[in-house]
Amino acid sequence: MTKITRRDFIRSAGGVAALGAGLGFPHIALGAARRVVVVGGGVGGCTVAKYLRKLDPSLAVTLIESKTTYTSCFMSNEVLSGERTLESITFNYDGLRRHGVEVVTDMAVGIDPVKKSVTTAGGRNFDYDACVVSPGIGFKWGAIDGYDEAASETITHAWNAGPQTKILRRQLQAMRQGGRVIIVAPPNPFKCPPGPYERASQIAMYCKHHNPRAKIIILDAKDAFSKQGLYVEGWTKLYGYGTGNSMIEWVGAAAGGKVESVDPSTLTLQAEIEEFQGDVVNIIPPQKAGAIAFAADLVDGDWCPVDKRTFESKRHKDIYVLGDASSAAKMPKSAYAANSQAKVAAAAIVARFLGREPGDPTFVNTCYSVVGEDFGISVAAVYTLDAANNSIEEMPNSGGVSPANASPEIRRREVSYAHSWFKNVINDMME
Amino acid sequence: MTKTVRNLLLAVLALAPAMTTAAPSGEALAFTCAGCHGTDGSSVGPSMPSIAGMDPEVFVDAMKDYQADKRNSSIMNRIAKGYTTQQLEDMAWFFARQRLHLLPQKYDAALAARGKILHDKHCEKCHEDGGRPGDAGTLAGQWMPYLQHTMDDFMSGKRDWPRKMKRKVDAAIADDGKQAIPALIHYYASQH
Repeated sequence: MTKITRRDFIRSAGGVAALGAGLGFPHIALGAARRVVVVGGGVGGCTVAKYLRKLDPSLAVTLIESKTTYTSCFMSNEVLSGERTLESITFNYDGLRRHGVEVVTDMAVGIDPVKKSVTTAGGRNFDYDACVVSPGIGFKWGAIDGYDEAASETITHAWNAGPQTKILRRQLQAMRQGGRVIIVAPPNPFKCPPGPYERASQIAMYCKHHNPRAKIIILDAKDAFSKQGLYVEGWTKLYGYGTGNSMIEWVGAAAGGKVESVDPSTLTLQAEIEEFQGDVVNIIPPQKAGAIAFAADLVDGDWCPVDKRTFESKRHKDIYVLGDASSAAKMPKSAYAANSQAKVAAAAIVARFLGREPGDPTFVNTCYSVVGEDFGISVAAVYTLDAANNSIEEMPNSGGVSPANASPEIRRREVSYAHSWFKNVINDMME
Repeated sequence: MTKTVRNLLLAVLALAPAMTTAAPSGEALAFTCAGCHGTDGSSVGPSMPSIAGMDPEVFVDAMKDYQADKRNSSIMNRIAKGYTTQQLEDMAWFFARQRLHLLPQKYDAALAARGKILHDKHCEKCHEDGGRPGDAGTLAGQWMPYLQHTMDDFMSGKRDWPRKMKRKVDAAIADDGKQAIPALIHYYASQH
């Protein structure tokens, strides 16, 4: 008997699988390729484009994105502390092109669900058999009186990474010794629930070395926040939280943390109880789905309702909405959630093109925050569909946050996991 | 599981049509791992192990250990508890079928040379073919920080040794002292 090694066998088994898949799609070869148009080149859009081509290489996939590069919002707090550069979180779309995705630099401004066509600012039309919309968030300018897009030149939001991140970094570097940073945290739901608190942490890490008398005040529209117990543990250990000399102060809604108005010329914030003045002010505004979701009539209120089996819009057939813009409770608006949803949508689209019912979905979220040197924390969940209620539910007795008072070794490892997580998420979405 | 049985099962799976109904498919389940373990289980993040090409039994055993809090994990215990045994098996077979893509790592050639001698003498019997994917955990080309974390956990008693492994590691340390484990890790890193 000829000896076949296990690896040879798996290789040949893989070959047989590929052949089998090819035979499974005979009618595709006979007609024109099915067209999928993806709007938005963030985590959801990139992942769905890559996985559509991976699941069915016969598909014609076009991704429309106004920017020529992608800058991740996740890990951008490490740019604020100087732990990494903005360039280290900026990527081009060549990886997607290598997967056979046509990447068009233009801005989608409208979707006609009857003609099944996407219109761009550049005046082009892209016809589709299925359209995926993954535009991320938009801001509710004016929700805080005095805070509009023009004001964001001096009072950053930095909640979409890029030039805003650079401005905030420069402001922190230029701040006087003993200065005060104010971060205004938004009400739920918003993109990256632990993000404002990681931002405070990263700024504190920077100040500890470069501006040790500085203070960071978080004015919050909420009374509780993501990973709160772990943040407090980290802040206590690293930044004197809870003492008279804490570098970080958190003012929740009940304590008057909700900000009503801002005067950008004096960097003064009127909160419910008192006034706060900062040397550097960062306002993370209340959020809603990105502009194209409104232009294309995909919203109900602020977000886009979807069938959670497929992420197809509840408002228009053959349009799928992913990521932050979708109403995907109980998944958070996170990078990993968008990545996970994108694969469910890709599989559903491919199944439907083949005339099959989409399979049961399954989702995961993982999210790391770096609170400071050698202090990483995480949250994770495995989700399943509750079809009867069109809701996404956590599997019982699983998931949750890192244990309280974990060993220094585990906290240190979670920092390295955070950085490896980043590499794998970027790689899985666009390389 | 014997190689023959596994290979036969892999062949059957390769020919079976993709499941489109009922519970989530192994593929759908496995896709959710990629954000941390890389597309199809080939990790590009040095602290996360590659799991492509992994033996299905090793995969399921590892996940069951995580479910039972038997490993010094930070996050995998929380994730593993979200799956049924059937789902773990479906994922395991998906990853077993994936080709492992490894990235080169910086290693110390002299240490790696010592490591090869130690591996051949003490480890090859279980981690066959220089620790390439097989009946035991994948070592060849595996990320060094991951291997370091794993060995730290064994050495500090935070993870139970697999059968015979402690005796073998003790023997390697008897040969090369403190250099033994770094030498092995550098050797595996050299095998991409």
